[in-house]
Amino acid sequence: MKKIRSNVQKRRLQGVIIISLLSSLSFLYFGLLKPGKDVTTFGFVLNNEWVIIKEWIIASQTGARIFSAISLVASALAIFAYKKERTIVFPVAIASFGILMSFLTWIASGKFIPFTGLLQGGLLLSIPLIFGSMSGLVCERSGVINIAIEGQLLASAFVSGVVASVTQQAWWGLLAAPFAGAAISYLLATFAIKFSVDQVILGFVINVLVIGLTDFLYKKLLIPHQNTWNSPPTFEVIPIPILSKIPVLGPIFFTQSIVVYLMFAIVAGVTFALYKTKWGLRTRAVGEHPTAADTVGIDVNKLRFRNVMIAGFIAGVGGAFYTVGSVGAFGKEMTAGAGFIALAALIFGKWSPIGALFAALLFGFATNLQSTLSIIGVAIPSEFMLMVPYIATIIAVTGLVGRVRAPAADGIPYSRGGSH
Amino acid sequence: MKKVISRIAQSIKLPGLSFLMAFTITGIIIALSDEKVMNKIGSPIEFLKSAGASVGNAYLALFQGSIYDNRLIKGNIFEGFYPFFETIVTATPLILTGLSVALAFKSGLFNIGAQGQFIFGAIGASYVGFRFDLPVGIHIIAAATAGMFLAAIWGGIVGFLKARTGAHEVILTIMMNYIAGYFILWLLKTKTFLRPGRIDPIAPEVLDSAKLPLLAGENFRIHAGIFIALAAALFVWWLLTKTTIGYKFRAVGANSQAARTAGISVPFVITATMMICGALAGLGGAVHVLGSEHSLNADVAGSLGFDAITVALLGRAQPLGTVFAALLFGALHTGGRMMQSNTGVPLDIVVVTQGLIVLFIAAPVFVRYIFRLKKLNTSAALTSKGWNG
Repeated sequence: MKKIRSNVQKRRLQGVIIISLLSSLSFLYFGLLKPGKDVTTFGFVLNNEWVIIKEWIIASQTGARIFSAISLVASALAIFAYKKERTIVFPVAIASFGILMSFLTWIASGKFIPFTGLLQGGLLLSIPLIFGSMSGLVCERSGVINIAIEGQLLASAFVSGVVASVTQQAWWGLLAAPFAGAAISYLLATFAIKFSVDQVILGFVINVLVIGLTDFLYKKLLIPHQNTWNSPPTFEVIPIPILSKIPVLGPIFFTQSIVVYLMFAIVAGVTFALYKTKWGLRTRAVGEHPTAADTVGIDVNKLRFRNVMIAGFIAGVGGAFYTVGSVGAFGKEMTAGAGFIALAALIFGKWSPIGALFAALLFGFATNLQSTLSIIGVAIPSEFMLMVPYIATIIAVTGLVGRVRAPAADGIPYSRGGSH
Repeated sequence: MKKVISRIAQSIKLPGLSFLMAFTITGIIIALSDEKVMNKIGSPIEFLKSAGASVGNAYLALFQGSIYDNRLIKGNIFEGFYPFFETIVTATPLILTGLSVALAFKSGLFNIGAQGQFIFGAIGASYVGFRFDLPVGIHIIAAATAGMFLAAIWGGIVGFLKARTGAHEVILTIMMNYIAGYFILWLLKTKTFLRPGRIDPIAPEVLDSAKLPLLAGENFRIHAGIFIALAAALFVWWLLTKTTIGYKFRAVGANSQAARTAGISVPFVITATMMICGALAGLGGAVHVLGSEHSLNADVAGSLGFDAITVALLGRAQPLGTVFAALLFGALHTGGRMMQSNTGVPLDIVVVTQGLIVLFIAAPVFVRYIFRLKKLNTSAALTSKGWNG
């Protein structure tokens, strides 16, 4: 008789098979094929943190073999955990790390990889993605699809840049940005909730509007008046005492600007509020079963409206990262599709804050890995490396990480007494 | 007869009012961003006068740049319509990509992937166009077919993945667009595609035998592509209204549960729709390369694939409506260039106009609310399906 597996076990089986295959491939490829040069160097020191190891020089072939072997062992542990019907997250994470390190050691033989810098850059690239996906999360958990993340980020990047430039104060820019995000949210909320416009189409159109408007104003005002309108100051890095001295972790997490620290606070805040407060319970209820929520006295559309506005504020901070949080001056369409990647991260992370956080970090890391590898001159065409986050998203949404399910009432306008 | 007139009046009421609002708001933005206008903010009458002049000049340039300009007439009146022919050249690929998005809407799919499909159509047409030496006529057909074939596969992947796994086509197509964008960047660096002697990403020009014939002589860019686009519109209309498969498409679009119950294979419909959509957008890319560009470059698609979505939304996913919408947006883009060079109003403002028109069209309840209308056909608003649909 055929053994009946639960859905969780099925998903675990898929995961175990894939990770085992990848580990074996990694061992066969990086372990047995001869790398170009003899040694690979990893650098660990970025600033003035305490030094344990400054550089790590490793024989490329041996290193690749060791890391692949680690991933093989971890895969075996994953199989073991699957047999015991336990979670396979940890062994799979270790195996993935092993494969990645094996790949790096092999591909960058004869070269220098700034390991800490690689991770730090990855975190920075994922900051707007994380803010964007939190914005999407707050909207979608209460039942409003938010495709307009791109527009929220772009509008708030523009406004924070201009405000900071005119006042010559980065703080004013950071304060103004959430209101720009909220203005876009107001448009989204009004048309989606009050006028029941299809939310996917609406979000798309809002993006078109924001792109057109910021492009227009950029050419009309920002380029001719560069000095007054588009030369915002940026936030300085605030190293946190002692913590910033920790090797590797210090430069990555504790030597950042205020916007990055705000990101940690907002992710923690959203996670706590969503699962531990009355607001969170109501939000989830309204997103899953608005009729039931209405029956117990929750004003569905009011809560949704408020959540969409909150989402705008959150995305706004992410938008500020583009200007006052990093490069300063606003550039034409400078968000470059980050809103869509944030949306993908949200879906990849199965509409949970922590999941979205890790998905966004993964995208940021993949993008930075690409630029690092192309800087040190690795033979893979950079275009293919750049495709990786998008291919990863397709793999994710087509169900290799388990079927993702949106909140049940996501995207459906609510009106009492009749469903649309 | 009276009935027909009132029906027509009803059906153009919403677009008409949407246009009015969009152009009004655009005008306000143009006036407020003009320094000459803002300097007169002290005296209200002067302010309004100069605002009117600023907006008037901009819209005049928009018209002259897209429809008719008597300053261009040197010999015959025909030359005055040069801008209109340019509009048609711009609109031709837009019609095809717009049809791609429109057809998808009919099956209940939101195809954001016209951009990527367009790119693959352009790649296929360009390769056959410059690589092979074929007789006139056959060469065009072969090149266009190659483009459509590649794009149909590219679109079909999305359909297949959605049908098999239930992943949402919006996410899939957005990701496929990025992948296509990087793919063409890479492709144009390869030996096969890089034009000899060049280092910037551009492919060799297609052979003369693969170029679409010009319709109005050497001085005008208008080419036979417009007939291909119109034929495609006719094809989509025929497919949707006169064939069984078109009926199935619409049935799935209206209610996929009911269609499944009625014995229609929903996965088949989704895959087939996306393949045909891909082929249409791919034909757009092919026509663009064979008709006006003549060589493949990295930015061959521009924003055509995204404009296609606004075109389809404005055309309410009807073939004829899409043709008119594409002509309108083609005119806005063509005229926008004249407006930019003559009056200093950046071209990008037409994107705002475009977005506003579509926003209002998509929100009939809002238009009704603003104009306090009792009767307005609100049922025609397009819908897509949420993540779980």
